[in-house]
Amino acid sequence: MAALLETRGLRAFYGQTQALYGIDLAVEQGGVTAVLGANGAGKTTLLRALCAMTRREGELFFDGEAFNPREAEDAARKGIAHAPDGRGTFLDLTVDENLRLGAYTRKDRAGVAADLRRAFDYFPRLQERRHQQAGTLSGGEQQMLAIARALMLRPRLLLLDEPSFGLAPLVVKDIFRILAAINTENRVAMLIVEQNANLALDLADRAYLLETGRVAFHGPSSVVRADEAVRRVYLGY
Amino acid sequence: MFAFTHQVLSGLAMGSVYASVALAIVMIYQATRLVNFAQGEMAMFSTYLAWAMIDAGLPYWVAFFLTIVISFVLGAAIERLVIRRFDGAPVLTVVIVFIGLLVIINSLAGWLFTYSIKSFDSPFPETARFGAGYISPHEMGAIGVTLAMLALIWVFFRFTPLGLAMRAAAQNPISARLVGIGVGRMLAIGWGLAAAVGAVAGMMAAPIVYLDPNMMSGILLYGFAAALLGGIDNPWGAVIGGFMVGVLENIAGAYLVGAEIKLSVALAIIVGVLVARPSGLFGRVIVTRV
Repeated sequence: MAALLETRGLRAFYGQTQALYGIDLAVEQGGVTAVLGANGAGKTTLLRALCAMTRREGELFFDGEAFNPREAEDAARKGIAHAPDGRGTFLDLTVDENLRLGAYTRKDRAGVAADLRRAFDYFPRLQERRHQQAGTLSGGEQQMLAIARALMLRPRLLLLDEPSFGLAPLVVKDIFRILAAINTENRVAMLIVEQNANLALDLADRAYLLETGRVAFHGPSSVVRADEAVRRVYLGY
Repeated sequence: MFAFTHQVLSGLAMGSVYASVALAIVMIYQATRLVNFAQGEMAMFSTYLAWAMIDAGLPYWVAFFLTIVISFVLGAAIERLVIRRFDGAPVLTVVIVFIGLLVIINSLAGWLFTYSIKSFDSPFPETARFGAGYISPHEMGAIGVTLAMLALIWVFFRFTPLGLAMRAAAQNPISARLVGIGVGRMLAIGWGLAAAVGAVAGMMAAPIVYLDPNMMSGILLYGFAAALLGGIDNPWGAVIGGFMVGVLENIAGAYLVGAEIKLSVALAIIVGVLVARPSGLFGRVIVTRV
């Protein structure tokens, strides 16, 4: 079976500066791929390149077909939801409005209503704060909102940029438990960028290690976890 | 007391015009952080279109609604064909583009319709059925039309998916793109709506100030004053600011400075607000961390 997402020789640029140097990466249908690496390795850039948020060269394939997004909205229309770096919350809008925007490209009203209920099932806190301005939410709640908003697209692929960033360990644990549930219950494939390698490897079936814009090492999560160098540098034992 | 009430009420009528212009300015400012100096001239041109249609024999309200639709299309076209090319350009460049648009539209109107002053009929009856003396039927009608338009716009932004998408695109364009909103299209629609709102302002102002290519120059200044007074990032503040400026202008004109230098009231408000409360009465104070 073809991978859901595949990149071949993906290069990305910020102005004149090159940030990615030929990345080959795959996310299987319904699978979870983790991208690990230090600050500045190009993890966020990789997600941005997939959504046409940076200049890009190389080939992308989505669901076996060539995929060539020109604007970020093209990715959403393909069913790729992105919970971005910084969470991308619409701070002045209510939680409810944020979630409805996640389903902007969808026309099936009944399905959207059902997915809104599902989002509140996963994140009861959001339901309590449904009519509050999103800017008043805590960091953890905003991360939940970012994930819930991405799910409202009913995506085939979910791009997650450091969902653990800046959150208390208990909240992080909670969010990763929910991500695992979302993956198994809804078969949503995920490409997750994380600094917390342990958590990411628990969730993922495949992992890639980025170093200065190149894939340094990749393989099934268990293999990456067992690798001596990875363990020393990223897992800390 | 009679005279004072009259001044306040007719101030509200011109205030409704200022409120519309201020709202048009704020709508574009919120989405682009740019102040469209050509907003007044666009409204003036729309008013000429209405005049031409009425002159050709169309009933007033048919011409009114056709003008709104055409203004929407023209406004969106200006965004698509002109303004978009300067996306990301330095602010000064965009300011020059706006001033260029102002001069071009002004000259175009003068060339097409001549510079001689035209009267523009009011759709409302000559004599008032009630409230006689306090306020003319046209002034009352202008307030009514403006309030109806404001209510429609509020409903559009508050309750429709497209209105929500436009608010999202104005607030956080990157996130808006990530959920699949075509931000460019939203900007064009925003310009169209602003042009339509301006067209209503022009058509309501013309029976009071008469129609000529420079009819909006003073009104635009009051519109700026209103937007600044209310807070340039708050549409409803701008609307309230518009009504306040209209009343202030009339009272100051009648009791303080006289009609000749009434326009300086607008400048006094602009300078006063910028000095005393730069974010306006209802605007948000933005604190930047350095």
